[in-house]
Amino acid sequence: MKGAAETDAQALFRYVLRLGDLSLVLGQRLGEWVGHSPALEEDLGLANIALDLIGQARLLLSYAGEIEGRGRDEDQLAYLREQGAYFNAILAEQPNGDFGQTLVRQVLIDAFQLELYERMTDSMDARLAAIAAKSVKEVRYHLRYSSGWLVRLGDGTPESHQRVQTSLELLWPYTVELFAEDDVDRAMVDRGIAPRLSEVRAAWVERIEAILAEATLKRPADRPHAWHGKRGQHSEHLGYILAEMQYLQRAYPGARW
Amino acid sequence: MYTQGLDGQPAEAAVVDESALEQRFLARVDAEEKIEPKDWMPARYRNTLIRQISQHAHSEIVGMLPEGNWITRAPTLKRKAILIAKVQDEGGHGAYLYSAAETLGVSRDQLIEQLLSGKAKYSSIFNYPTPTWADVGAIGWLVDGAAIMNQIPLCRCSYGPYARAMVRVCREESFHQRQGYDLMLQLARGTPDQKRMAQEALNRWWWPALMMFGPSDANSTHTGDSQRWKIKRFSNDELRQKFVDFTVPQAKFLDLTVPDPQLHWDESKQQYSFGPIDWSEFDQVLKGNGPCNTERLAARRNAHAAGAWVREAASAYAAKRRPSAAGVAA
Repeated sequence: MKGAAETDAQALFRYVLRLGDLSLVLGQRLGEWVGHSPALEEDLGLANIALDLIGQARLLLSYAGEIEGRGRDEDQLAYLREQGAYFNAILAEQPNGDFGQTLVRQVLIDAFQLELYERMTDSMDARLAAIAAKSVKEVRYHLRYSSGWLVRLGDGTPESHQRVQTSLELLWPYTVELFAEDDVDRAMVDRGIAPRLSEVRAAWVERIEAILAEATLKRPADRPHAWHGKRGQHSEHLGYILAEMQYLQRAYPGARW
Repeated sequence: MYTQGLDGQPAEAAVVDESALEQRFLARVDAEEKIEPKDWMPARYRNTLIRQISQHAHSEIVGMLPEGNWITRAPTLKRKAILIAKVQDEGGHGAYLYSAAETLGVSRDQLIEQLLSGKAKYSSIFNYPTPTWADVGAIGWLVDGAAIMNQIPLCRCSYGPYARAMVRVCREESFHQRQGYDLMLQLARGTPDQKRMAQEALNRWWWPALMMFGPSDANSTHTGDSQRWKIKRFSNDELRQKFVDFTVPQAKFLDLTVPDPQLHWDESKQQYSFGPIDWSEFDQVLKGNGPCNTERLAARRNAHAAGAWVREAASAYAAKRRPSAAGVAA
């Protein structure tokens, strides 16, 4: 039987990976846009968000490696884990689609990260509190950018409205997983490390509804979901993301870059 | 919001005596005074600057592609962050340079249209591919290194807005050059595979980097006027020589071989002497027959076309919010 401390460390390790993987996978997706956006300012905006997300992932994965205590650093965790050991909610790995689809995904995750990190700045885990305090400033800006675009696209032309409404219908079901609470989440709440997800969800819904209203978009109905990225069960997309991201580390084992 | 509404040339005051104005202009240039957007300037000076600044802006934008190609595959998170920041800086340089060009009476939309139609040129160097990670390092080290040689003198260019934009661009470019060199150093001191990768990238980029300085002085059509106007302060060949002298010792430090069997130190001139440049390759790439000309332009056109609905939506939204401005933004 495992000791309590060991179980606690494992739960924290898993939880920190969830946060780090969400930022990493989303940052990787945004990186695909750079140089291909609808306008120069959007290349700069998306690159900027990608950069912040990769920065968050680095802090979180480094911390996860320390919690694990097996000497894995941020790169070993990012580049040498298989997809079943990635714990991001699968919304992050969904394809970019058109610019509107990317921005819908972004709004949904930005608002989640904002509500979560705002409540984590006084975490009992000092390291996570510090990461949250840094990240919350970034994600507040991300949400300003993404929601600004969602409003423009939703309330722009009939075509843009139709496109983002379709993307919203497509991606909405994946949001359920962000708030699905399991033993790991409950352990974090019990130890005062993370906020209760139901509380995060209530604030998220309020924020998202306000944005959708301004964007003249309709909130899709909630549906049960069959995905559990937070437990390592992913869509077909993550395999490709990792194949691309991990290629050099896998092709030249042990090389330093 | 994407249209700056600066179509056409600014109205110039009724000209009484062009040659007197031109003499005064030249006297100001000779006195190292900056020419500012509202000042009188000869039409040829204006056109030369529009051509040069917009080509420079286009080069930054197209230049995002070969390196952007490696963002998703960068081998460490730190390198990925550095690369994203670098490509973002290039986009930023494009943005200030388009703004500098706009002070001369063209709009960014017009300039982008010229790029997409194939009418405007951008630096041919970006028509070469980046097949390996080492190419990202080679671009930073050699291409940004060559760009700095070209651009440092532009910080003293006679046209104020261009000179000021270049001060910031150069600071960032020299940072990129150091990052590129650091990437190469890591490879050159790495495994045999990594060292080979670095050498092959040097082989690919060395000659194209030398061609970045443009045709040799004997065949350069724009040098004379540009030097008279203090847009250009050194000739193509002078800058190329400076680059070679600066870069060869860096290659030696990396323990990589510059792919030029004729390269040697010329004791009498106190500079490196290098082999002849294959200008037929340069001409071919310039004519559109380089390895990636079609791809690069297609990528820009696709991004522009795929983003049309987004730009239209932004304009429609802006028009709804500011009824008084309706019609201007469209």
